[in-house]
Amino acid sequence: MSSVNGKAIQRATPKVTQAFDPSQVRDDFPILKQVVNGKPLVYLDNAATSQKPQAVLDTLLRYYTTENANIHRGVHTLSALATEDYEGARAKVRRFLNAKEDREIVFVRGTTEGINLVASSYGRRFIGPGDEVIITAMEHHSNIVPWQMLCEEKGATLRVIPMNDDGELLMDEYDKLLSKRTKLVSVVYVSNSLGTINPVREIITKAHSVGAPVLLDGAQSTPHMAVDVQALDCDFYAFSGHKLYGPTGVGVLYGKAALLDAMPPYQGGGDMIKSVTFAKTIYNDLPYKFEAGTPNIAGGIGLGTAVDYVTGIGLERIAAHEDELLVYGTKRLAEIEGLRLIGTAKHKTGILSFTLKDIHPHDIGTVLDQEGIAIRTGHHCTQPVMERFGIPATARASLGMYNTKAEIDALVLGLDKALEVFS
Amino acid sequence: MSQLQELYQEVVLEHTRRPRNFRKLEGATHSARGYNPFCGDNVTLLLKVEGGVVKDVGFQGSGCAISTSSASMMTEGIKGKTVEEAQKLFTAFHGMVTREQGADFDAELLGDLEILSGVSEFPTRVKCATLAWHALQAALTGRMDAVSTE
Repeated sequence: MSSVNGKAIQRATPKVTQAFDPSQVRDDFPILKQVVNGKPLVYLDNAATSQKPQAVLDTLLRYYTTENANIHRGVHTLSALATEDYEGARAKVRRFLNAKEDREIVFVRGTTEGINLVASSYGRRFIGPGDEVIITAMEHHSNIVPWQMLCEEKGATLRVIPMNDDGELLMDEYDKLLSKRTKLVSVVYVSNSLGTINPVREIITKAHSVGAPVLLDGAQSTPHMAVDVQALDCDFYAFSGHKLYGPTGVGVLYGKAALLDAMPPYQGGGDMIKSVTFAKTIYNDLPYKFEAGTPNIAGGIGLGTAVDYVTGIGLERIAAHEDELLVYGTKRLAEIEGLRLIGTAKHKTGILSFTLKDIHPHDIGTVLDQEGIAIRTGHHCTQPVMERFGIPATARASLGMYNTKAEIDALVLGLDKALEVFS
Repeated sequence: MSQLQELYQEVVLEHTRRPRNFRKLEGATHSARGYNPFCGDNVTLLLKVEGGVVKDVGFQGSGCAISTSSASMMTEGIKGKTVEEAQKLFTAFHGMVTREQGADFDAELLGDLEILSGVSEFPTRVKCATLAWHALQAALTGRMDAVSTE
């Protein structure tokens, strides 16, 4: 089937499993069959980026092979097809997040751009001298720096909710920070370096009680738990496609329509306008007002497929599987003498951040890499978290839906080897 | 010997555990700070240069096994050398750790530093091995601000 007219094109349909079976899921990810340094790949760097299922790869190839064209305003068939698929992906994301309307879904490059969009547009319009923005002590640099830039420009102040030694927010301190001066609260739903799941419902309710909207950094929550933006009542929610088993270079900013409507455009250019004269430009409706220029069309459509894939398996089942692995991994790592887990919150996702004796995480990473085990080492773009725990860096194994207990065992063997090398 | 064993040879690990010239040097004439934002490794290098000769050297900081041992061995390698010789050593060391597989390097000039030749098999670790050396270059050329390997 290769006819373009009538859309008789083979559509990649993700494999839907009834019972959760990691081995069947693994078959969907061709890269997991890779051999690295002579060893089967053990991919434990999912918080940095996840691998892509065949369905997503097929979508990208199909798009470029059969319907590549620029979207919107195209009169020809391919443009109409591409537009339909791109807007179809937006609708998939809307359902996935349970947003009210498609126009509340803005495609961006990723979480970072989503946060920057809010800081530049909402922040510049609604935050002024003497106002305050609240973040947490466990933010990724991408949810610190945009607010610092804004505060510096506007004479506003950045406030930080501290955390305890387990990596849990001190909610009493949050209560003290909230005031009439609070104009925005921007918090990470799940910490990328600690795994902590923050009590965002409570954070949102309290912020709303002083009239402040809340932006959730959903980069690490979206791939690991079901998210309902209406139930959460968050005002903005940003996530990245590539951590959700989708392509790089595409992400989503959800915003409540009323807020997005009240905000000025983020970037100027094509697609974000209704009419342009040298005297005056009339901006386009949502979400296009925030989507200047040709977007990542293939990426958006690929993200739609990733959403289908994840939904087909079910986030509750993915979360249950990853939770089981987290419990197992925590227990196995605790058996290693001299290993210190960083991030021991009661509620956390599959992030195992640790230090091992005085072995530098970078050296641990190299030893593991020789065993085909991919982890991340360093500050994970959370330098204030490292400072809080008095360490320069951690080694971090982060889990995804396709990881297995056998891979945790391989990690433990790899760490034994590191201990041997540096004994 | 596996690549890993070649990288982390006993001599390398010994320098990591007991780095030489790891101290704040009094009366330094040249200094520079090296920082690798990728992993957070940092080194502060202090030199006492008199009459064009590196009379004494000290370093402080924290880092991985490769960056610490490389800094330690470097301080031993440059002490007593002329500034010109130290710069030649930098060039030779940099060439050794960034060389293509099978390519030659100046083993004679590098002496004990040859022990770090295995770094070239680990491209992600080249920045660790060269951190202190970039600080050396910065110190000798009078750049007092921090150098970054990124």
